[in-house]
Amino acid sequence: MRLVEIRNLAVRLGGHTALRDVSLGIDSGEIITIVGPNGSGKSTLLRAIIGALKPTSGDVIKSDNLRIGYVPQQLHIDPTLPMTVGRFLGLPHRVNAEQIVLALEQAGVPELAARQMSRLSGGQFQRVLLARALMNQPDLLILDEATQGLDQPGSAAFYRQIEDVRLQLGCAVLMVSHDLHVVMSASDRVICLNGHVCCEGEPEHVASAPEYRALFGEGTKGALALYRHHHSHSHDHPHDHNHSHNHDT
Amino acid sequence: MLDDFIVRATLAGLGVAIAAAPLGCFVVWRRMAYFGDATAHAAILGVAISLTLSTSIFAGVLVVSLLMALTISTLSGRGYAMDTLLGVLAHSALAFGLVAVSFLSGIRIDLMAYLFGDILAVTPTDLAIIWGGAVLVLVLIGSRWSALLTSTLNSDLAYASGIDPKREQMVLTVSLAIVVAVAIKVVGVLLIAAMLIIPAATARPFSRTPEVMAVIAAVIGAVSALGGLKAAYHFDTPTGPTIVCLAAILFALSTVVSVFRAPR
Repeated sequence: MRLVEIRNLAVRLGGHTALRDVSLGIDSGEIITIVGPNGSGKSTLLRAIIGALKPTSGDVIKSDNLRIGYVPQQLHIDPTLPMTVGRFLGLPHRVNAEQIVLALEQAGVPELAARQMSRLSGGQFQRVLLARALMNQPDLLILDEATQGLDQPGSAAFYRQIEDVRLQLGCAVLMVSHDLHVVMSASDRVICLNGHVCCEGEPEHVASAPEYRALFGEGTKGALALYRHHHSHSHDHPHDHNHSHNHDT
Repeated sequence: MLDDFIVRATLAGLGVAIAAAPLGCFVVWRRMAYFGDATAHAAILGVAISLTLSTSIFAGVLVVSLLMALTISTLSGRGYAMDTLLGVLAHSALAFGLVAVSFLSGIRIDLMAYLFGDILAVTPTDLAIIWGGAVLVLVLIGSRWSALLTSTLNSDLAYASGIDPKREQMVLTVSLAIVVAVAIKVVGVLLIAAMLIIPAATARPFSRTPEVMAVIAAVIGAVSALGGLKAAYHFDTPTGPTIVCLAAILFALSTVVSVFRAPR
């Protein structure tokens, strides 16, 4: 079943075109990963899907009663705001203690309900965010670089948890990731974004696509190799396809 | 019973303290302290306009505070840092208000009463307005509590849950204008922000959840209002400032206590 259909989406942010000509569909149960350099519009795309940004043109069509679980890139809780994990999971809809325990178990942190959010470690915090996203039995789980700040084993464990959750709940997963090795092993489909959809398809297909190579370099040929990218996007290199990245038009 | 000015003053103080507590928590959580100040300072302009037009002070203050709050909401995020913008608006509003009041040469008004409150002069009508406003604010915030909290945590989390954080911001803006309008008689323009922030900040170390913090803040606000009233009567000091002094002492005590307690 089609959960979200995006047609010719364009988003302008402060006079700058963050996204253009984005069309894609999300079906129930699939894991889609969005990759792309910094500033390529990954978060913008997710925010347009959850409704935080209005499309400048084009449409984001969601299926009726679509339940979205959203895990933001970062969440800063002001130290003046007291918040237990249990209370946090009950926002915005009150839930009972059993539901809290269940969601924390699904997220792999069953013991945390009574803890203050401010006293969690980075890994625990991300899992609590995941647990909250699972509270309403989502059809679609959206994660925006959810492993930022976690070390490599921590993020690997986090992604394994996501796969478990997908198996248990059968929800679709849309995530932004910089951990390309995870992308390649865990995704059904990869979308390479750079203001527009450069290329998309199965991980192996994308990894060998010239557009992807142009963005991420040849070093990722062995796509399972651990790769964290620190590169500035350059178009000077010659390659044999027409690949426009003019974002100011 | 309402014939006694002390009884009226007590009820007025309680009304303001209870309405200010949950709103004050949001002011603290969302770092809107200066926002509260600016809205409150604009109220003196509302007083001048009400006196010129011979309308009710409450209505004039409500309208001007609302306009101020809306102006800040609109201007924020348009180039100026928020604290600069609020610093400009808060103090200019106060200055314009004071100048406007000075033009009212025909009427002798007790400026001090509006700057620092005049709780002992609360009339039964004032009392009805104060409690009407207080109940309205409590209903407004109480009915949207979860949505307000979610928006306060993170606007994207709110959007993903189908909550519009801009609408929730508007709920707080309107509530703030109402609280300013009803509190002007009790603590005055200059000290309204104190009644919002100090009880909430005092409650923080003893709270594990937002709800508990709001309730404790209400209790601390009420104790400050009642105790301040008594102390002012006893020492013959201005009532509004005495209430705020008591709240500040409670804040200092809570800080000391929380330092000596094991963190939780």
